[in-house]
Amino acid sequence: MSLAVDVTHRFGSFLLEARFVSEGRLTAFFGRSGSGKTSLINIIAGVVRPNRGRIVLDDTPLVDTERGLFVPKYRRRVGYVFQEGRLFPHLTVRQNLQFGRWFTPARERHIGLDQVLDLLDIGHLLDRRPGGLSGGEKQRVAIGRALLTSPRLLLMDEPLASLDDSRKEEILPFIERLRDEAQVPIVYVSHSLPEVARLATTVVVFQDGRIVATGSPTDVLGRADVLAPHVAAEAGVLIEATVSGHDRAFDLTVLQSRAGTFQAPHLDLPIGTPVRVRIRARDVMIATMRPDGLSALNVLSGVVSALDATADGLVEVGLDCSGVRLAARLTRKSIATLQLKPGREVFAVIKSVALDRDALGRAPIPVEPSSADASTSRA
Amino acid sequence: MNDLLNLSPEEWTAVRLSIRVATVAMLASLPVGIAVAYVLARAHFPGKSIVNGIVLLPLIMPPVVTGYLLLLSFGRRGPIGAFLDEHFGIVFSFRWTGAALACAVMAFPLLVRSIRLSIEAVDRRLEDAAGTLGANPFWVFLFVTLPLILPGIIAGMILCFAKAMGEFGATITFVSNIPGETQTLPSAIYTLTQIPGGETGALRLTLVSIVISMGALVVSELMARRVDERISA
Repeated sequence: MSLAVDVTHRFGSFLLEARFVSEGRLTAFFGRSGSGKTSLINIIAGVVRPNRGRIVLDDTPLVDTERGLFVPKYRRRVGYVFQEGRLFPHLTVRQNLQFGRWFTPARERHIGLDQVLDLLDIGHLLDRRPGGLSGGEKQRVAIGRALLTSPRLLLMDEPLASLDDSRKEEILPFIERLRDEAQVPIVYVSHSLPEVARLATTVVVFQDGRIVATGSPTDVLGRADVLAPHVAAEAGVLIEATVSGHDRAFDLTVLQSRAGTFQAPHLDLPIGTPVRVRIRARDVMIATMRPDGLSALNVLSGVVSALDATADGLVEVGLDCSGVRLAARLTRKSIATLQLKPGREVFAVIKSVALDRDALGRAPIPVEPSSADASTSRA
Repeated sequence: MNDLLNLSPEEWTAVRLSIRVATVAMLASLPVGIAVAYVLARAHFPGKSIVNGIVLLPLIMPPVVTGYLLLLSFGRRGPIGAFLDEHFGIVFSFRWTGAALACAVMAFPLLVRSIRLSIEAVDRRLEDAAGTLGANPFWVFLFVTLPLILPGIIAGMILCFAKAMGEFGATITFVSNIPGETQTLPSAIYTLTQIPGGETGALRLTLVSIVISMGALVVSELMARRVDERISA
């Protein structure tokens, strides 16, 4: 799929100017609240008509203000999962799910009810009404409802924002499955760095109504300059790795990356599964000698590549670990004591505990649209 | 006591006529009422407050004035009345249909107000959601808006029915007080209070009025509760 957006729209005193092209399977709109993410997604869905601009989805123009073209929302076949679910209170779960399917031309229905019930595990809810569902169940039904229109593009506006952490953990795997199995491209709005790091194949960063960066998560999320100050504390790098073994005795999972091996808390994924590891800069310690008598299990050798002062008076140390970029956030005092400068060989020390579930996600399975057994590789 | 329960044939006629007039007035004005309420709740156009004023007018004008205006326009020689009589053979003046028209006009503001309030309370984000699911505005209205405003529609219908059962001034001015044709309950009660020995009859019809009004109220409560349970459960 390809989504090309170039629009300008004014909401009162807020000006949204967005231009990007994404070919990603899961494009994440990332930025703080009020940066224009939801406004843009509403424009893509056709809920809001932009003042000026063009939106093209797979060669089909949805909006072109110069030609006076505006495809109404009910003809776009763009699924939309709202932040608050928006299930119809007067209909049962089954009727909610089938609502959109009813309006989808028969020859375009390529996603079936059984498939969705299985994917989202909501079969037991069919005869209930939305009022009686938990937040997590509501969101799963909302996702299913949007999927059953067999959309060409699925928009998800902070679908996890109204849920507590355990509910988020309940839904995230479904979104990963959606990204890897359902073959529906997704645009995912979020202000949560962990979510974006875990899910995105393409990241679009918003700031005050403008797009300040677009690219792969490993590139974009490592750039402190594009991340707003509120997420700077969460900033770090994203490393691609694969599960190479499980240490049952200690409930650990061994991950292999180009930077070296990591031991992480146990992950219920089969050996060979690609994963993403997010390492926050503030969780990385630097040693000038290989440390001894230390509880931290992960020690990687590397070379200092850069020293950047951050806005809050700290220093971000860039490391090159066998070609993989790592970042460590240190005080100026530590830099002085260790006499760190570019070119110096050091050791990066990371506690396994810092690699919690929040920092680990299944990496997107490489795209193979024709492969019918994409689901069988998942145990 | 028995006197209070045994209605004379004439009184029965008035009761049946009243129920028929009120039912027809309610059902005939319902589609128009929903349409007007929807426009007033959603549309923005110049002169909207004038339309709103015209709809509310029967509520504030003396009923006799409304009745007289109906007589002038829908009477046999009135512009609308003459046109309908000539082209469609529909006659309102001095017929029970005229009584229904008078009742409908008088009750219309109550019907519209009730439905309008419930339309304004509908969460429009649900309608947007239905739109993104492929429903065009007509289907959105039918499958989302209409079910959500059902409690307001029921309340409006009951108000309309009750108002129509009690309408007196406009009816008697427009279609007079003809037993068996236009003599509804209030007209019948009024007539009975004007003749010697009519007090018992008036009291009987008063009791019937109370019973019908209470019945309508109970039915509306039950229906509204069932709908509410469906929506919020």
